[in-house]
Amino acid sequence: MTVHSTSKAFKRNAVRAMQDEPLQRALMHVRTNFIAKRQGAVDKLPEFEALRESARDIKNHTLAHLDLYLERYEAKVKEAGGEVHFARTAEEACDAVVAICRRLGARTITKGKSMIGEEIGINAALEAAGMTPVETDLGEYIIQLRGEAPSHIIAPAVHLNRDQVEADFRRVHSALDPKRDLSQPTQLLGEARQVLRERFLAADVGITGANFLVAETGTSIIVTNEGNGDLTQTLPKAHIVLASIEKVTPTLEDVGQILRVLARSATGQEMSVYTSLSTGPRRAGDPDGPSEYHVVILDNGRSAMLGTQFQDMLRCIRCGACMNHCPVYHAIGGHAYGWVYPGPMGAVLTPSLIGVGEGGNLPNASTFCGRCEAVCPMKIPLPGMMRHWREREFERHLSPAAQRYGIAFWAFFAKRPRLYRAATRLAMWGLALFGRNKGHLAFLPFGSGWTKHRDFPSPQGPTFQAHWKARAKLKAGS
Amino acid sequence: MSSARDDVLATLRRSLGVSGSEAPRRSTVDDRLARAPAGVIPARAKVEGAARLELFKRHAEEALATVAVVPHADAVPQEAARYLRDANLPATLRIGEDARLADMPWDATSLEIARGPSAGRDLNALSHAFGGIAETGTLALVSGPDNPTTLNFLPDNHIVVVAAADLTGSFEESVDRLRQRYGKGAMPRSLNLITGPSRSADIEQTLILGAHGPRKLHIIVVEDEAA
Repeated sequence: MTVHSTSKAFKRNAVRAMQDEPLQRALMHVRTNFIAKRQGAVDKLPEFEALRESARDIKNHTLAHLDLYLERYEAKVKEAGGEVHFARTAEEACDAVVAICRRLGARTITKGKSMIGEEIGINAALEAAGMTPVETDLGEYIIQLRGEAPSHIIAPAVHLNRDQVEADFRRVHSALDPKRDLSQPTQLLGEARQVLRERFLAADVGITGANFLVAETGTSIIVTNEGNGDLTQTLPKAHIVLASIEKVTPTLEDVGQILRVLARSATGQEMSVYTSLSTGPRRAGDPDGPSEYHVVILDNGRSAMLGTQFQDMLRCIRCGACMNHCPVYHAIGGHAYGWVYPGPMGAVLTPSLIGVGEGGNLPNASTFCGRCEAVCPMKIPLPGMMRHWREREFERHLSPAAQRYGIAFWAFFAKRPRLYRAATRLAMWGLALFGRNKGHLAFLPFGSGWTKHRDFPSPQGPTFQAHWKARAKLKAGS
Repeated sequence: MSSARDDVLATLRRSLGVSGSEAPRRSTVDDRLARAPAGVIPARAKVEGAARLELFKRHAEEALATVAVVPHADAVPQEAARYLRDANLPATLRIGEDARLADMPWDATSLEIARGPSAGRDLNALSHAFGGIAETGTLALVSGPDNPTTLNFLPDNHIVVVAAADLTGSFEESVDRLRQRYGKGAMPRSLNLITGPSRSADIEQTLILGAHGPRKLHIIVVEDEAA
């Protein structure tokens, strides 16, 4: 049951987001904090650029040999006493998780943050099976209380302000003293810690995501700051890891290269607080740890991305730097994108995973300023791939009629250079004539989308092609 | 019906245009897993001796841990007691079965010591680290009866003892030492790399310590553990 998407309604979602005052207030934190922190961390590491290249090369190598590394990884997990469950689709992944929980008679299931969990809709599947999933990452916990989806891949509740969280805590933690002071973020965190501690200790199964699956050792790795993921995977009877196929990484050394760019790109830390490596279940003599260890490996459309122009997207390590630096994300936040993955990485990944018919709008949500590619630790050419999607959207007649006819109209002239030159000369002359008094135009036929919000500068002098010709002549003469 | 596993691998191979049995591809993978090439190691990680200890201390403190350096193992209980006293914390401590910790003179302090894993009601715990990474001020702790994993996460205050000789400059040197201990391709059930105390910035991007793990992390570096 891949999570329902509203990506088709992107335009309407975006307009609503821009009129949402609390959201706009919350988004200020993205603009100011993430960018400065990342830059600070990058400036302190002269080798950052070399590490980006190294990380990119590791993932490219891994993707080219992904079938073999997956087999090696699977064998090592089994060797350590764990089980691997492959899932072609979201449904199969949910079924695998629910089956394990059922067999163990699980009632409470704690969860660390997992984007794969969001993608497959695991909470809904567990609830449908009569079990209670409890999100334990503070941001995820807050949005679970609100019945919302995350709006950012590393800061799920970044769209909310403190007073909204306070209202939710008062509503849900109704057994606590109604007169208690919750005016500071510290008090909210303290309350979540206290409430969730009981859930951690009561949980039957713990589900986490994975930042890496290590083929060399059969290890799954989570990278967190709160410690909730560790309590989730250490305390219950069973630990279930949710991961997708492209999380496989050959060796611990390869993990070391990517770790050095991951936290710096995400939060500006040199290392996240907890980098936790789990290999199999509890061993003889261990006083703690889960008795069962399962890894559910999800495909859900990824294997079909290999060998296409979207293969590079599978290098993504989910740091969030692209959305933190995206002017479109800054303006509308994550929910407007309408599915699990927002921002530039979401604009590329969403059409790949749920189809261009559903997600084809998202690649248009870009100014092509190129910041996402410039900061991506894995050097993913995000704008280039958004361009590929735009082309496919056009080819399949999925873009709006006005846009399609507009481009066809332009193409008619563009394919006939002499006619094009004549027509543009005429158009420039016309626009210059109408805008001659003010130097700009307040209204443009067929261009109200532009002129509704700003003026259009009236042309100055001859066309670009005429300029170019004149320059070429000048050069030839000199 | 074919299994999900076989289907996923078959689709992967179709997309990559391979059969999976090509000898050169297999040997490339075998070779990388066997050699585990190191990649780019930051210059800052290439340190030894006192400079390495200094680098570790600086980065651990930047990550908001506190660090004390003691000359030998016998001084650890006094330092742990001093830390708890100065932080106005009760004189209680939960410890695992680690022989290095058991040999320390705990009787010389008035600390009330409990042994074994935590059930979630302990205020203070003390663990012995496998090692530490100076490059980022990171501690490396391994699971087992010696140092139960629950001690790393459940208590409010975590004290970690690490021998100066077990510190390495880079992440990769610590990986080498793990391989020496557990064998190539093998790992402890749980390896926890810990850099500072637990934190969250999920509410308005405001950094707050003590989310679900320890609110405080105090590191005691033993300069000469053998003494």
